[in-house]
Amino acid sequence: MTAEAVAIETVRRRRSAFRFAAAPLTWIGAALIALIIVAALLAPWIAPYDPLEQSIADRLMPPSAEHLLGTDSFGRDVLSRLIHAARISLAVGVLSIALAMVAGCAIGITAGWIGGWFDSLVMGALDVLMSFPSLLLGLMVVAMLGPSLEHLVLAIAITELAPFARVARAPTLALKERDFIEAGRALGLSELRIIVVHVVPNLLGDVVVVASLWLATAIRTEASLSFIGLGVKPPTPTWGGMLREGFETILDAPWLSVAPSLAILATVLALNMIGDGLRDAVDPRLRRD
Amino acid sequence: MSDEILIVDGVSKSFPAGGGWLRQRRVVQAVDNVSFSVVRGNSFGLVGESGCGKSTLARCLLRLIRPDRGRVMFEGTDIVQLGRRALRRARRRLQIVFQDPYASLSPRRTVFQTLAEPLVVHGIARGAALRPRVQAALAEVGLPAEVAERYPHEFSGGQRQRIGIARALMLEPALIVADEPVSALDVSVQAQILRLLEGLRNRRGLSFVFVSHDLAVVRHFCDQVAVMYLGRIVELGPTRKVLEQPLHPYTRMLRLASPVPDPAARFKLPRIEGEIPSALAPPSGCPFHPRCPDAMPVCAAVRPRTVEPEAGRRVECHLYG
Repeated sequence: MTAEAVAIETVRRRRSAFRFAAAPLTWIGAALIALIIVAALLAPWIAPYDPLEQSIADRLMPPSAEHLLGTDSFGRDVLSRLIHAARISLAVGVLSIALAMVAGCAIGITAGWIGGWFDSLVMGALDVLMSFPSLLLGLMVVAMLGPSLEHLVLAIAITELAPFARVARAPTLALKERDFIEAGRALGLSELRIIVVHVVPNLLGDVVVVASLWLATAIRTEASLSFIGLGVKPPTPTWGGMLREGFETILDAPWLSVAPSLAILATVLALNMIGDGLRDAVDPRLRRD
Repeated sequence: MSDEILIVDGVSKSFPAGGGWLRQRRVVQAVDNVSFSVVRGNSFGLVGESGCGKSTLARCLLRLIRPDRGRVMFEGTDIVQLGRRALRRARRRLQIVFQDPYASLSPRRTVFQTLAEPLVVHGIARGAALRPRVQAALAEVGLPAEVAERYPHEFSGGQRQRIGIARALMLEPALIVADEPVSALDVSVQAQILRLLEGLRNRRGLSFVFVSHDLAVVRHFCDQVAVMYLGRIVELGPTRKVLEQPLHPYTRMLRLASPVPDPAARFKLPRIEGEIPSALAPPSGCPFHPRCPDAMPVCAAVRPRTVEPEAGRRVECHLYG
């Protein structure tokens, strides 16, 4: 790279931060997610009712001043359940993505670093994994392990391993040819230190973008698995579980399915907005205009 | 016998090229039976066109690439045979400076982090003891102490090369392999970096293996020079003798192709004829014969032996026996 290229790179980097700030959709998404996270964190204090408290007398009430989003077939307050469910949905999403990110990056970096037939083998196996629809794969894992919160996290993590491995592998292949890696070797750094200190920081940007985009998918997969009854056990409220319960009375009490649907929609949309913004900020091809 | 810090003996390295499954595997002989030695405190130049194997050879000296055959005796131990731990110890005394100052520094690490890292991993210093050492190294390469907190992209090419040199100095090496250390820099900056390297050699008694394609730079910096062609050393000797009275026709061509401050020489500028042949299919006999102005019938058939026309000079050419 010439000095000029470095100068341009510096300008681009500054501009990329500016572009992130300049994209209104990104900010809308960030605000929406912040709202959902705050609501989830403060759930016990801001939810008007206990999400598990049943009241047979008040069952299937339409939205009113008393119950803003109505009540379900057990007379539980839908708004309170919705707010509490955000905790589970976000926790499952974030935990599974964190797990997929760490494991996927470890696999991708190892494959790229070692290269050769090992690389082909690992990436081939991941292609097979990727060719399954994530819902089907998650379904298989949960069906094998039995439904529980941990297994749900594990199942979703497995379905989203491959994109992280791919995103981590490509820059590893490029980085391992760079002189500063060789300099590290000449200086006596261990291979592990070279990878952790000199490779990982250089690919983290790409990985974070993928994480923000796939977090949305993780939340959707969680909802889908809960919807078909393979998620968190009732009565713990989750968006997918609420959707399933509401589905049974969709003609009599449509608000029961509409509320969690909108929550899922808003979260997924907001995460995608953030992810798109991050990607534009990091992707050099989109930076060039 | 003088004190030789590095003795390279019969080093060869080949790489598989192309080929693959069900196809014939081909091999590039990047370094072919190379031998030379470096006297402590001296600079040894390796010159040749691009693709002649000089960078591969440079990396073999530190075992960043492991040679297929041969020995690299550094301060009395064979680098090629060392175990992992002993190799790590040996490399404290044997460092490398790279050609491209933009690729040789980790972009996400500050100068301080880059320079302190070798001290930390070798357990030489840590914590508060790092800063004075880093500052001393920066001062030695002519950079102010404030630059320690900055990132590589904030520097010019020459400054980055200074940082690369400082990094190589952190472990107090005895020999530095400099792989085209100035060829990516502007001419004015080249002179500064060369002066810096010269100062280090004089102050610290450092030895250098100096890879370059620029005869002017080698003439200025090196005591001994070896000319490489397609992985082999075709001529070796004291720099002044080799460049002023070249024996090998290839050395003569190289010399005439590089600008010489001599107006009389301007009238006879023979070009180097043709391209450097593919290392995948090297010519028979003497590898240089297709381009050689003095080629004889024997050159196409028989590979010339190494002869010593005078003490301390070596040449591989049929013109001399």
